[in-house]
Amino acid sequence: MSPTDTLSSSGEVSPQVAQIIRKQRLQDFVFEHTTQFFAFFVLAALLGILISLAVAAWPTLKEFGPAFLWTVEWDVVDDKYGAAIAIFGTVVSSLIALLIAVPLSFGIALFLTETCPVWLRRPLGVAVELLAGVPSIIYGMFGLFIFAPLFAEYAQPFLAATLGQIPVIGVLFSGSMIGLGMLTAGLILAIMVLPFIASVMRDVFDIVPPILKESAYGLGCTTWEVVTKVVLPYSKTGVIGGIMLGLGRALGETMAVTFVIGNAHKLSASLFAPGNSIASTLANEFAEASSDLHISTLFALGFILFVITFLVLSAAKLLLMKMEKSAGTKT
Amino acid sequence: MNTVAQHLQGTSPLYKKRVRQNSIGLTLSMSAMGIGLFALIWILGVLLWKGFAAIDLNMFLESTPAPGTPGGGLANAIVGSFLLVGLCALISTPVGILAGIYLAEYGKVSKFAGLTRFVTDIMLSAPSIVIGLFVYAIAVATVGNFSGWAGTLALSLIAVPVVVRTTENMLNLVPTPLREAAAALGAPKWKVSLSVVLRAAKSGVITGILLAVARVSGETAPLLFTALNNQFFSMDMGAPIANLPVVIFQFAMSPYEDWVSLAWGGALLITFSVLALNILARVVFREKVQA
Repeated sequence: MSPTDTLSSSGEVSPQVAQIIRKQRLQDFVFEHTTQFFAFFVLAALLGILISLAVAAWPTLKEFGPAFLWTVEWDVVDDKYGAAIAIFGTVVSSLIALLIAVPLSFGIALFLTETCPVWLRRPLGVAVELLAGVPSIIYGMFGLFIFAPLFAEYAQPFLAATLGQIPVIGVLFSGSMIGLGMLTAGLILAIMVLPFIASVMRDVFDIVPPILKESAYGLGCTTWEVVTKVVLPYSKTGVIGGIMLGLGRALGETMAVTFVIGNAHKLSASLFAPGNSIASTLANEFAEASSDLHISTLFALGFILFVITFLVLSAAKLLLMKMEKSAGTKT
Repeated sequence: MNTVAQHLQGTSPLYKKRVRQNSIGLTLSMSAMGIGLFALIWILGVLLWKGFAAIDLNMFLESTPAPGTPGGGLANAIVGSFLLVGLCALISTPVGILAGIYLAEYGKVSKFAGLTRFVTDIMLSAPSIVIGLFVYAIAVATVGNFSGWAGTLALSLIAVPVVVRTTENMLNLVPTPLREAAAALGAPKWKVSLSVVLRAAKSGVITGILLAVARVSGETAPLLFTALNNQFFSMDMGAPIANLPVVIFQFAMSPYEDWVSLAWGGALLITFSVLALNILARVVFREKVQA
C-alpha cells in the first residue's frame, strides 16, 4: 500500500482520490521528461557541433589528408591550405599568455587568501571578476590602439636590447618592432585569462583545511612557506585544473587576438613578428571566403580548435572534480 | 646551542634568509594584485576617456554612417543588439531553467545527468567562434542568408549553459526539508519543483540569467557569421541585422577616424552595460543571502 492509500479512512481508495493520483502521476511523468528533454538539448548541441563541423570540414580533410595538420602553405589563389601556421600561432600565443598569467594569478590568489585585510577581500575579488566581465572585443581595441603603440615604442626596443642579445633565445626578440604580433597577442591574452585562473586558484586555496595551515604556522613557518609548502601541494590538482581552464580560454579567444596578432600567414621564429591563430583566421577570412574548399578548410580549422579545447577543458574539469572530491572526504 | 640562541634572537643566517624569502614572495604577490588592478583601471580609464569624447545624443538617434559621410550614430546597432540579446534571454531562460531543474531534482545519481553536467561545464568555456561556425552550418548555409535569428541562436547556445549551471547550483542550496514538507502536503513533484524549490531559489536563478545576458552582450565572434551586420536600421530578424559588437569590430578596424571614434563610443556603452549587469547580478544574489 502506498502512503496515500493509508490516508483514506476506510482503507479503500475512493475513485476520486485514485483519479487525482493518476492525474498527478501523469503530470509528474510529463514534467520529468520535459526537463530531461531540455537537459538532453545541451548534449545534443555538443554532438551537433562536432558532427556538423566534421561534415563541413570533410572535403578539406579528404583533399589534404593528415598532412593538413603540418602543411605550412596557405594559398587562397591556388586553393592550397595547411593548418600549421594557425595551429602554431594559437599554441604559441596561448603559451605566452600562460607563462605570464600563471605566476600573476598565483600572486593574486595568495594575496587574496593570505595577506589581504579581510575588509578588502570582497572588493578586490569583485575587481578581478570584473576583469573577466570586460568583453573580449574591448581587450582587442585596447591592445590595438593603446597597448601596441606603447609596446612598440618602449618595450620592444628594450627587449631587443636585453633579451635579444642573448644567443639562441635572442632570435625570439628580434625583427621589426611594429607592436603587433605574437608577443602582444600573448600579453593581451594573459590579462584576459588572468581572472579565470586567479579565481579558481583562490577557491582551491580556500578549500585547504585551516588546521593544516595553522599547524604549519605553529611550527614557525613564514606565510610564504605555508603557501608554497602546505597550501600549494594540497591544492595542486585544483591549481592545475585552473591553469588548464585558462589555457582552454586562451586557445579559443577570438576577438582580442584578431586585433593584435597582425594577421599574417607567416611562420616566424621571432615573437615580434605578426602571425595568425585559428580563431583569428576564422574571424578574418570566413565571411569573405569564396571557394568551397576555402570554406571547408576554415571549418576544418574550427573542428581542430574545438577538439583541442574540448580535450584541454575536459582535463581541467576532471582535475577540478578530483579536487572537489578530495575536499569532501578529507575535511 | 649557539644556533638555537641565534634562532631565538632572530639573527641566524637561516632565519634571516627565510624572512627575506617571505618578504620577497609577499611583495611579489602584492605587486601581482597591483598589476591586475592596474590593468582593470587602465582599460576602464581609456574607455571612459575615448568613449565619452564620442558619445553624444546623435549616437543614439542616427544609424551607422556610410564611409566618408560625417555624423551618424549607432542607433541601428543598439536596437539590433537589444533585439538579439532580448530574444536570446527569452529562449535561454526557460531552456536553461528546465534543464537545471532536471539536473538538481531528478539527476542526482543518473549517469545521463552526470554527462550533461560535464558537457555543460565544457560548453561554458567552449570557443564562441566555433559556436558561430556551427550555427552558420545549420542556420545560414541551409537557409541561404545571414539572419538575426541565426545570431540569436548562436547567443542562446552560449547563454544556456550559464543558466543551467547557476540554476542547478541555486536549487541545490534549497534545503531538502522544504521539498519534503511540500511533498508531505500531497503536492506532486512537478509542483514542488516549480512552486516551492524554484521560488525559494528565485533570486539565485535571476542572478544566473543576468550573468548569462552579460556574457552574451559582449560576444562578437559568434555574430560574425550569423547576424553579420546591416548598415541600415532594421528590425527584421530574418535578415542580417546590425549589432554593437560587430559594428565596433568593423569600425575599429577601419581607416576612417570618425568610424574609430564611434567604435570607442560603442565600446564604452557595451562595457558599462556588461559590468552593470555583472554588479546587478551580485546585488540580487547578495540580497537573497541576507534575507
